Amino acid sequence: MAANSHGKTNGSTRWVGTRPVRPDGVDKVTGRARFGADVHLPNMLVGKVLRSPHAHARIHSIDTSAALALPGVKTVVTRDDFNDLPSEFVPAGEMLINYRDVVRNVMAREKALFEGHPVAAVAAVSEKVAREALARIKVDYEVLPHVLDVVEAMAPEAPLLHEDLITAGVEPAPTTPSNVAKVVEFKLGDVEAGFAEADIVIEREFSTQPVHQGYIEPHACIANYSEDGQAELWCTTQGHFVVRGHCAKLLGMDVSKLRVTASEIGGGFGGKTVVYLEPVALMLSRKSGQPVKMTMSREEVFQASGPAAGTRVWAKVGMTNAGRITAGEAVLKYQAGAFQGSPVQPGCMCAFAPYDLAHVKVVGYDVVVNRPKVAAYRAPGAPQSEFAVESIIDELAKRIGMDPVELRLKNAAKEGTKAAYGPTFGPVGLVETLEEAKAHDHYRTPLKPGQGRGVASGFWFNIGGETCATLNLGEDGTIALVAGTPDIGGSRASLCLQAAETLGVDVERIRPLIGDTSTLGYTFLTGGSRTAFASGMAVIEAARDMIRQLCERAAKIWDIPVDAVEWIDGEARPAGSNAGEFEPLSLADLARLAGKSGGPFVGRAQINAQGAGPSFGTHIVDVDVDRETGRVTIERYTVIQDAGKAVHPSYVEGQLQGGAVQGIGWALNEEYIYDDKGRLQNPGFLDYRIPVCSDVPMIDTVIVEVPNPTHPYGVRGVGETPIVPPMAAIANAVEGALGLRFTDLPMSPPRVLKALGDARVPKAA
Amino acid sequence: MARVVFIGNFRQLAGGDAEAEIAASNVRDLLRRLGERYPALAPHLDEGIALAIDGEIHQDALFSPVRPDSEVCLMPKIAGG
Repeated sequence: MAANSHGKTNGSTRWVGTRPVRPDGVDKVTGRARFGADVHLPNMLVGKVLRSPHAHARIHSIDTSAALALPGVKTVVTRDDFNDLPSEFVPAGEMLINYRDVVRNVMAREKALFEGHPVAAVAAVSEKVAREALARIKVDYEVLPHVLDVVEAMAPEAPLLHEDLITAGVEPAPTTPSNVAKVVEFKLGDVEAGFAEADIVIEREFSTQPVHQGYIEPHACIANYSEDGQAELWCTTQGHFVVRGHCAKLLGMDVSKLRVTASEIGGGFGGKTVVYLEPVALMLSRKSGQPVKMTMSREEVFQASGPAAGTRVWAKVGMTNAGRITAGEAVLKYQAGAFQGSPVQPGCMCAFAPYDLAHVKVVGYDVVVNRPKVAAYRAPGAPQSEFAVESIIDELAKRIGMDPVELRLKNAAKEGTKAAYGPTFGPVGLVETLEEAKAHDHYRTPLKPGQGRGVASGFWFNIGGETCATLNLGEDGTIALVAGTPDIGGSRASLCLQAAETLGVDVERIRPLIGDTSTLGYTFLTGGSRTAFASGMAVIEAARDMIRQLCERAAKIWDIPVDAVEWIDGEARPAGSNAGEFEPLSLADLARLAGKSGGPFVGRAQINAQGAGPSFGTHIVDVDVDRETGRVTIERYTVIQDAGKAVHPSYVEGQLQGGAVQGIGWALNEEYIYDDKGRLQNPGFLDYRIPVCSDVPMIDTVIVEVPNPTHPYGVRGVGETPIVPPMAAIANAVEGALGLRFTDLPMSPPRVLKALGDARVPKAA
Repeated sequence: MARVVFIGNFRQLAGGDAEAEIAASNVRDLLRRLGERYPALAPHLDEGIALAIDGEIHQDALFSPVRPDSEVCLMPKIAGG
């Protein structure tokens, strides 16, 4: 086989970079696509969860006898059905998780730690019976004082959530428990010396609210546990292999006995990387001997599934009058929810990542509060810290009269920059996004009176990870592509394009599907902007594996050495005249001859993809503020981001637009409202206001392509970064419109009105 | 020898050292030698870490090569949403 037969691109591509019709499109628009709640099995029961009405309460006893006595109730599960697990930290998402906490989050044990915390669950013949059964369960609670705010939770007198929680990361270790689970510190250079070099130093305190990922499809699953200890689970998830691992751990099963299938998914954004219903459904099915289906209501989704962390951030930046940033410092306090594990570490690492700084210090606190355990949400931890830093950068630019894009260009991280979080950057595209911003029509168009314009940049690392893929060549030369990463943002299309490019065949000849946990080796979840990159690498490797087999078969058929065969444009050809005169064998030819010449062709890859390229983006936004109502209207919005190589540009644009819109919601409206007893008052989309189409203009996008050298086609992940800049960009635009700096989110009409009113009232002498 | 950079809490676990020079041909060797030199760091090297080798992030990759002139930065493991 010739050395050039591995599908390596020389820069020009036939399929990568095109926009074919999405392979899952017809099923989705016709309603055929099956989501988490769309499967029905014979004898299926309905499972429902009894949730704590209290934000913090000790559970003295749970009496399920009356529920079990109700006709139609098949079984009930409580804490007694789940084995307690020892403290064992395992990597999951952006932080380590502790199985001791996971089992308690799934079903409360000693205490209920937030309103909505599961306390018991019922399986019954109908939803009506299940609900009636829940009402019959008697729980003896001792209501305890609760704490929701991160700063209040850090106070010495705050109610303790976990009486055994000793702060990690502090030397010497504290001797008394607190709600601070961990303290982390990232330091580069000498910040005091850096601030001493500055002509201007600005410091501010910021706050952000917890916000939900807002996926349209609530959590749902169906479990079917058989008498021989085997089980099947169908669920909506970003990672069915991860679900399998967690469930097997919680139920004491071998992973080989649990087969998990990922349904189509109606959004995840990080929120479907953990388990909630799945272990409970399996336990109900194990005890009842019947399949059990569970779905969350929207109210339950808000009450009991993880939002992004609410935060309090103090940040300080020093700069010379010439616009050179000399030092940055920040203190980040992140809510973890009821159990430790906020994304404060990545928050620390991302805070100053867009800048080439010699002196940086960031300290982070991971703090438990009586709210649902936080979950990943696009670039977890980064939007909150970068909101603070990017707001101050804007203020510094105004202070010296420098264009904010120019100021960022003057200080931008680039290849060779030692990142504030430690490593030295390889090729990255921040400068390119800033240059595009400066040249963009949006940035050069004059504002209308009363409007404001803001810019901000953002960063996310991106990851690779364990990934498998298979390509099965059919007897007619078409291909079934099997991947293990659930398709949330168009990855099936992206993977088909990368396979087609490598194999040199028409993309229409490749049909993708997401395999269940029995069909592929372990594959990490869809998250961290890894799928187009890591599953793409796996698919490319699988295609190369298939090409090797095809070339070997052609060599056998032609009776020539395999290195005298090359794979070009989807067919085997003799490599030069010395190899002999043979008609090329296409994929279809070889598929037709497969049985008689040695058997079927299956290309496989199992990799641990490394070297994901980081992604930077820059956003421009124009706002108008209604001075009478306080409503901020997004008039124009442009996202510019480095994608490395956009495999399917429409999907990349969709990711950029989606991230921006979610960031707009975070900036302007979204917040959880609790009463004085810690009960959520707005657990629904009517009162928890995510943006809808009429709230936003068409989000313009510019894709910058600075190739990631690790990936054969240069791909970088794109899904995380676009949610990072919006909050600061909008706050900067509002400041431009009103002359008022908002440091607390959301900039909702009541807050804007209040700020306008405060600004009008002269301060007392 | 590779230059290992400690950031965040890893620096604390490395006795306050900002950097160390370690002779290693791959990640497994490097982690083993780091654990020998810094016993407080050793328990943290099995899980939950990532290495930026010459700026490229490697996670769970024991056999990724480390060159004599490599810069290796220990950092917390990264995922995302």
